[in-house]
Amino acid sequence: MEKFTELTAIAAPMPNENIDTDQIIPARFLKTIQRTGLGKNAFAAQRYDDNGNENPDFVLNKEPYRHAEILITYDNLGCGSSREHAPWALLDFGIRCVIAPSFADIFFNNCFKNGILPIRLPREICDELMGDARQGSNSRLTVDLEKQIIIRPDGNVVPFEVDPFRRHMLLEGLDDIGQTLAHDAEISSFEHQASRAWVPSISMGTAK
Amino acid sequence: MPVSSSPRTLFDKIWADHVVDRLEDGTCILYIDRHLVHEVTSPQAFEGLRMAGRRLRRPDATVAVVDHNVPTSDRSQPIEEPESRLQIETLEKNVAEFGVPYFPLRSASQGIVHVVGPEQGISLPGMTIVCGDSHTSTHGALGALAFGIGTSEVEHVMATQTLLQKPAKNMRVSVEGKVGPGVTAKDIMLAIIGKIGTAGGTGHVIEFAGSAIRDLDMAGRMTLCNMSIEGGAKAGLIAPDETTFAYVKGRPFAPKGEAFEQACAYWRTLASDEGAHFDTEVTLKAEDIVPSVTWGNSPQDVLPIDGVVPSPSDFKDPAQAAQVQRALDYMGLTAGQKIAGTPVDVVFIGSCTNSRLEDLRAAAEVVRGRHVAKTVRAMIVPGSGLVKEAAEAEGLDKIFLEAGFEWREAGCSMCLGMNPDRLTPGQRCASTSNRNFEGRQGPGGRTHLCSPSMAAAAAVTGTLCDVRELMKETV
Repeated sequence: MEKFTELTAIAAPMPNENIDTDQIIPARFLKTIQRTGLGKNAFAAQRYDDNGNENPDFVLNKEPYRHAEILITYDNLGCGSSREHAPWALLDFGIRCVIAPSFADIFFNNCFKNGILPIRLPREICDELMGDARQGSNSRLTVDLEKQIIIRPDGNVVPFEVDPFRRHMLLEGLDDIGQTLAHDAEISSFEHQASRAWVPSISMGTAK
Repeated sequence: MPVSSSPRTLFDKIWADHVVDRLEDGTCILYIDRHLVHEVTSPQAFEGLRMAGRRLRRPDATVAVVDHNVPTSDRSQPIEEPESRLQIETLEKNVAEFGVPYFPLRSASQGIVHVVGPEQGISLPGMTIVCGDSHTSTHGALGALAFGIGTSEVEHVMATQTLLQKPAKNMRVSVEGKVGPGVTAKDIMLAIIGKIGTAGGTGHVIEFAGSAIRDLDMAGRMTLCNMSIEGGAKAGLIAPDETTFAYVKGRPFAPKGEAFEQACAYWRTLASDEGAHFDTEVTLKAEDIVPSVTWGNSPQDVLPIDGVVPSPSDFKDPAQAAQVQRALDYMGLTAGQKIAGTPVDVVFIGSCTNSRLEDLRAAAEVVRGRHVAKTVRAMIVPGSGLVKEAAEAEGLDKIFLEAGFEWREAGCSMCLGMNPDRLTPGQRCASTSNRNFEGRQGPGGRTHLCSPSMAAAAAVTGTLCDVRELMKETV
């Protein structure tokens, strides 16, 4: 996973609530067996017309937002399906940071696993940042994960909270499977507890 | 099992019994008892294992099925869509390489992962169950902590049989009293989501409680827990009781004989203690719940069937007002119109929400002796091959076929249209599935979520309508 330390980038405003993962990447694009290549179909239903031509009104088709690396939305971003194809599509488009008043749990978690930083901020602050984003190409936001601050184009600073463990993993670009496997002995001893004797093993010999 | 003096919730107990280790910042290594795998969210995880040279830690705690991409028509033919075929072939290659128990396409036991798990006794009370699929919450109906995960976490479970997690908050949704005729588990859940909103459960595990919940059969409980994710919750849970144990007993992978009795003794200890703390409490009266449908593109856009479509002017927040207008435009509806009487083009009865034998019986009860309206395409997609067989043994297939329904093979089908079962742009569908998002059932498709009996009523009348009117008529 790519590290996330500091990002200075264009932010795209998307002032909608409940942007679901079906919108971020529709189901018909989930047939891939790879993580990459989904960016061209991110937000496909809104981004393209029926003939596959770009819809000029959609924010990510406009300059400078086609180069956005930050996305700002309203409440409950990423609700619905657990598809990790949603953060994969955002990442492949170039998005490294998503900012919203609230996120759906699975999407929030999936972002961290892919080097995307999700930041929760109150609606009023999201509105202010959207205002910054609407200023266009000279209006970049700086997201500093080390210091846990966003620096606005006018130099004002917005602090944000982030889970310390997840912050560490992002700053270092760490794979958490390796970390968990360091606890292999504890996992094995847990598995062999007498109180777990009722949990059956599955083998297809017993299947109908 | 640790003994605690303070009263605990069902969630607290299952959680505590699965914590392998606690890291400094409170993150827990949570042991996973069952990992269910399907073809869409697993290929990248298997590939990750392969690239890192890691083994699948517990093939005997892992089960794979194909469901999302599978055609629900004639299965003697090869799968036409090359990408769907590749995804299924990739799963078959992976389960062979890693030794994962697998229900193949042409097995009678194949079906939607959330139907197959409980049906086979793979999912059991007291377990932790995960799957790369948000509707894993379904299995909470058994009294298991079951939740959806992304593909990175699928790989994490494959390699370690654990997940890194922090405990969720506890929420209790109590539904007391008795529901009226024509009101089903789906209507109860739509009412709950309408009340709490699609983000109402965020960060919480919901325990469903109260007499109306206890009165539900297991299929109804699964419908309820299935849509917990539509209320934003991490998981839904119902305390295991005699209804649960009777359901589990004798299933192929459930404990047998004395082992079953021992398991039941443990499962009986799991119910929330008197006085246990819930961070959030919500109460509904069963008598207030009526047959419902959704009008918009979020599952919280719920209307009683006798209700009217809202107007943007009902909302103060301009962003919300704009969103209502957008939903009206997308759905082809007018503010203030009655939702009943809206003509439908397609009726879909199926999905992990409502494709079990009990759901098909409820639909057949409405359809019996009637005929699908001429303007409607109506399809039944059973949740598994075994559901299909059981329904045929009762003659339900004949009721549906004689009425003009399609009687199809098991799979996710038109719930999300990854297989050829899709709405075309502008088509309006009464659907027993779980999401009415824009384009969910096919680009431009318009979804109205409802119960199987309401969907059946829409099929025979050709419009969204109150199933209770049909129940009054004698056929």
